[in-house]
Amino acid sequence: MDNVQLNNSEKMAESTSLSRLVKVQLWLKVNLFKDWKNAILTIIAAMFTVFIIVRVSNFIAESDWSVVSANLRLLMVGQFPVEEIWRLWIAVILISVLFGASWGLWRGVIGHVAITLSAIMLIFAAVPYTESITKLYLGVSIVSIYLFYAFGRKLPVLKIPVLILWILIIPIAVGIINGFGIIEPVSTNVWGGFLLTLVLASVAIICSFPIGLLLAVGRRSKLPVIKYTCIVYIELIRGMPLIMILFIGQLLLPMFIGGEIQIDNVLRAMIAFTLFSAAYLAENIRGGLQSIPRGQFEAGQALGLNHFKLMVFVILPQALKAVIPAMVGQFISIFKDTSLVAVIGLADFLGMAKKVAANPEYLGKYMELYVFIALMYFVFCYLMSHVSKALEKSLGAGNR
Amino acid sequence: MESVFSVEKLTTPIDQREDIIKVKGLNKWYGDHHVLKDVDLHVKQGEVIVILGPSGSGKSTFIRTINALEEFQKGSIIVDNIALTDDLKNIEEIRKETGMVFQSFNLFPHMTILKNIALAPIWVRKWKKKKAEQISMELLERVGIPEQANKYPGQLSGGQQQRVAIARALAMQPKIMLFDEPTSALDPEMVKEVLDVMKKLAESGMTMLVVTHEMGFARQVADRIILFDKGEIVEMGMPEEIFDNPQHERTKLFLSQIL
Repeated sequence: MDNVQLNNSEKMAESTSLSRLVKVQLWLKVNLFKDWKNAILTIIAAMFTVFIIVRVSNFIAESDWSVVSANLRLLMVGQFPVEEIWRLWIAVILISVLFGASWGLWRGVIGHVAITLSAIMLIFAAVPYTESITKLYLGVSIVSIYLFYAFGRKLPVLKIPVLILWILIIPIAVGIINGFGIIEPVSTNVWGGFLLTLVLASVAIICSFPIGLLLAVGRRSKLPVIKYTCIVYIELIRGMPLIMILFIGQLLLPMFIGGEIQIDNVLRAMIAFTLFSAAYLAENIRGGLQSIPRGQFEAGQALGLNHFKLMVFVILPQALKAVIPAMVGQFISIFKDTSLVAVIGLADFLGMAKKVAANPEYLGKYMELYVFIALMYFVFCYLMSHVSKALEKSLGAGNR
Repeated sequence: MESVFSVEKLTTPIDQREDIIKVKGLNKWYGDHHVLKDVDLHVKQGEVIVILGPSGSGKSTFIRTINALEEFQKGSIIVDNIALTDDLKNIEEIRKETGMVFQSFNLFPHMTILKNIALAPIWVRKWKKKKAEQISMELLERVGIPEQANKYPGQLSGGQQQRVAIARALAMQPKIMLFDEPTSALDPEMVKEVLDVMKKLAESGMTMLVVTHEMGFARQVADRIILFDKGEIVEMGMPEEIFDNPQHERTKLFLSQIL
């Protein structure tokens, strides 16, 4: 007994007496220079890292971001008329209000999104090149996030109105931007840049989810008409490149429908993305449905639940939870795929950048431009990925 | 107080009561495999029937045809005066009147215990949420685990999960309870707690069909024992008759292997 205690105290004395330097050396030896193979790998990796750091810092030191600042409006909203830009800001402020209020009401991951959005807006507001009116709008948006966060915390009664607003936000936002008869319409021809990317992606993501869900359930139906309709649709869409579907929407659809009815370019792209994404989502969701053991179906049936209630209360909650990573993967991919609208003559975020780069005035400044574009894409995609992880975690309470 | 088990205990002797389940000439095939061969069975109200038999004898398949989890090709089943046909309405009516407990519990893992039990009463029986949850709590007390109400199934032991599964089936206030090997997936020390709940249920007058390998339970609780082999009823009788004086060779063989 005494012996053991002695041993322990000796060890303690030893570890505290180890100097910092020795500890660092020990860590290096164990983790980086265990044997000669390990040491060579460490040295190569270190050289590579230094090389990258030097190149990146060179780039940052020499970079000239005027190409981004001078064309910021073009990149963000395309040819959208300057005197109508206030509409976009109203939509942005509305969305900020919603994010702020939901953050206050539900906390959790929605707060991460709200904070990130406010951070992005703060960065844009802090950049010296931004016009003062833009700064004002950005300021209002940021303030409304935090103001409505406070409201949300204090007033839980807001839950239902906020939920209703969320459901209506896409039509409302698109309505404000487009005008839809009430105010002077802004033709979608001039929509472009990040605005177009966001609108296309959100519409495609939100509309393709219910369609994909129905297709997935339909594909497992016992009724052959429903089953084979779903199979044919899914396989047909999955068997075609997205670009081709965009072309079909652009060129063939008008031929079938006839020349009289004019369908808006952007609307056609929205439909194409939605239909495309729905087929892939359907297969993701079907995978989730197949992962649910037969006993769950039987238990629900034995309790007298009909097929619809069985699906809604028992099967889908489990199936969807199981495929959150796959579904969010599909959402991220459709967000980036919107850049393909360039082939049908629309100028999305990336397309706008290409147009700017084609301007001889900015010859040789592509790097800054594309770094900016890449960063924006990354932030939004990473945000989606982060939300998906947090969602999985918060739904993990019932794990077996 | 109105019992949470909706059945009223009948005082008339069993053989004078009405049949609640009538199975006649039941045949089922899986492809070429003949799994149920001309099964006939009448079950009286409040009767407890234990079905014994070697594995693969069709006993589980048989009780699963009664609430239409399995289809059958020939014969007829009438449960509580409702004929079991392809009509979805009839199937749903029969399922409302029959609760089922599975070998693998089959609780819904994404819902709390209380929600598991209250789900069907709220959405099938259309009870108010408050009433459904109150009755669910009473049932949880009956099966001895009210303190687990807000946990998830994954946090409970096997025995506790199976007791929740029984409570969940009872919450629909069924007239008949079907048990498909309810203790086969349990660790030995948890078998008793589940059998105790089943015994209480039997004493309260519930009509029960139990597929099990628990001979003690069969002898003690059953009104009638059925021995299934190769898809047919080999022998049927009171527990004493079957255990102490089996008539059929196959019954003797089965009992000698299991006892």
